[in-house]
Amino acid sequence: MEIGIQDSGQPMRRIFGPIFVVTAAMFAAAPYLIANAPYESTMGLVQKIFYFHVPSWFAMFTGVFVAGIYGAIFLFRGDPKADRVASSAAEIAVLFGLMGLVTGPLWGRKSWGVWWQWDAHLTMALLVELIFIGYLIVRKYGGLGSEKLSAAVAIFGMANIPFVYLSANIWRTLHPPTSVVPTLPSAMGGPFWFCVAAFMLLFAVLFMLRLQLENQRAALDALYLEEE
Amino acid sequence: MFARIALLVLRKDVAIEVRSREILYTTLFFAVSCVLVFAFALVREGQVAEDVPAGILWIAIAFAGTLALGRTFERERYGETIRALLLAPAPRSAIFVGKMLGVVALLVVAEVLLVPIVALMFDAGGLFARPILFAGLLAAGTIGFSAVGTLFAAMLMRSRTRDVLLPILLYPITVPVIIAGVRGTAALLQPAPDEAMAEMWLGILVSFDIVFVTLALWTFEPLMTE
Repeated sequence: MEIGIQDSGQPMRRIFGPIFVVTAAMFAAAPYLIANAPYESTMGLVQKIFYFHVPSWFAMFTGVFVAGIYGAIFLFRGDPKADRVASSAAEIAVLFGLMGLVTGPLWGRKSWGVWWQWDAHLTMALLVELIFIGYLIVRKYGGLGSEKLSAAVAIFGMANIPFVYLSANIWRTLHPPTSVVPTLPSAMGGPFWFCVAAFMLLFAVLFMLRLQLENQRAALDALYLEEE
Repeated sequence: MFARIALLVLRKDVAIEVRSREILYTTLFFAVSCVLVFAFALVREGQVAEDVPAGILWIAIAFAGTLALGRTFERERYGETIRALLLAPAPRSAIFVGKMLGVVALLVVAEVLLVPIVALMFDAGGLFARPILFAGLLAAGTIGFSAVGTLFAAMLMRSRTRDVLLPILLYPITVPVIIAGVRGTAALLQPAPDEAMAEMWLGILVSFDIVFVTLALWTFEPLMTE
């Protein structure tokens, strides 16, 4: 019996092993690199959380954009494969978003003296996280046609990002400006970009696992239908 | 053709509403109750903090809007008229615009009542100091909120859990409208109204409207196709 869905998973399965090994090695090496990076002059030790905090946002926004773009592809082409990609990406985006939302206040408590501040980055991150938790809720409890509904949530959520950022930014701001990243001293920049790469690979690993699960679920459904 | 269909759908909704007045009365009463609840929470010794009236006004609009959106489509679902509406040989986007205008009209009526109440109860006469700018903020905010809301309410008609999903999805996405509306209104309520600030927020609202009305028109057709 031929099920097309499984075939499309083959190339992904072949690269999965190497990527998994590289990711594991990078995460094993990351603590050494972070420990050896210079101390930031005003924040000291607590600034080290930055090496995991910012990359988790990079990974989250990758997930958000993948979900938004594949949501649009699903909506206009009706391709169930695109829906599986979008929903897998959205779920992982929520996971990385939670990581960012946990590490952020820990850092903020030490460097700003408060757990939470309504500044532009935090507000935007929180809202995008909420929108994508909404996405998952819709998929779980939305019932019939929730794939399309969630695709619209992803598209609208993605389009919303600049507006939330802009309005929260004018409203109030306290966060280190985004422009701090390109101007990092190289001794800090090296470990930082290393961590970004490690998080992106982790994203890819989780995403492939999740997509594989979704593909197998679809294949199983197809087999059930054939039996009946 | 497009405008004619949109107006026909709007006329249908207005005609039903004029006869029953169900959504109008419930929405208005709900909006006023909202204002009162917030008043009890936020008024201290007869006084409110500086930006509170603007916040209460916009929260009442958002809450009442959610209620109106749910009821508008519940009526279509209950009468099983949405199928007939979608089967009509008309561009789906025109139907969307018609439904959206109906929601906008309801909210405008609610605002006509809410604004004087807020102004009166919280001593916020400043709301009328720059009427055109304030009306612009209200109009742009209402259109943005209704565009996103109409699309999601229409999609959710098929869902069993529509009552709870609508606010869950709608509020995070319309947060820019709330921030811009509240900040713009608060700028006008200052002792010396900050017109430049209000105009800037109005600009943000208008760009939000352009982006989200376009997106809603673009996605309504594939979303409503079974």
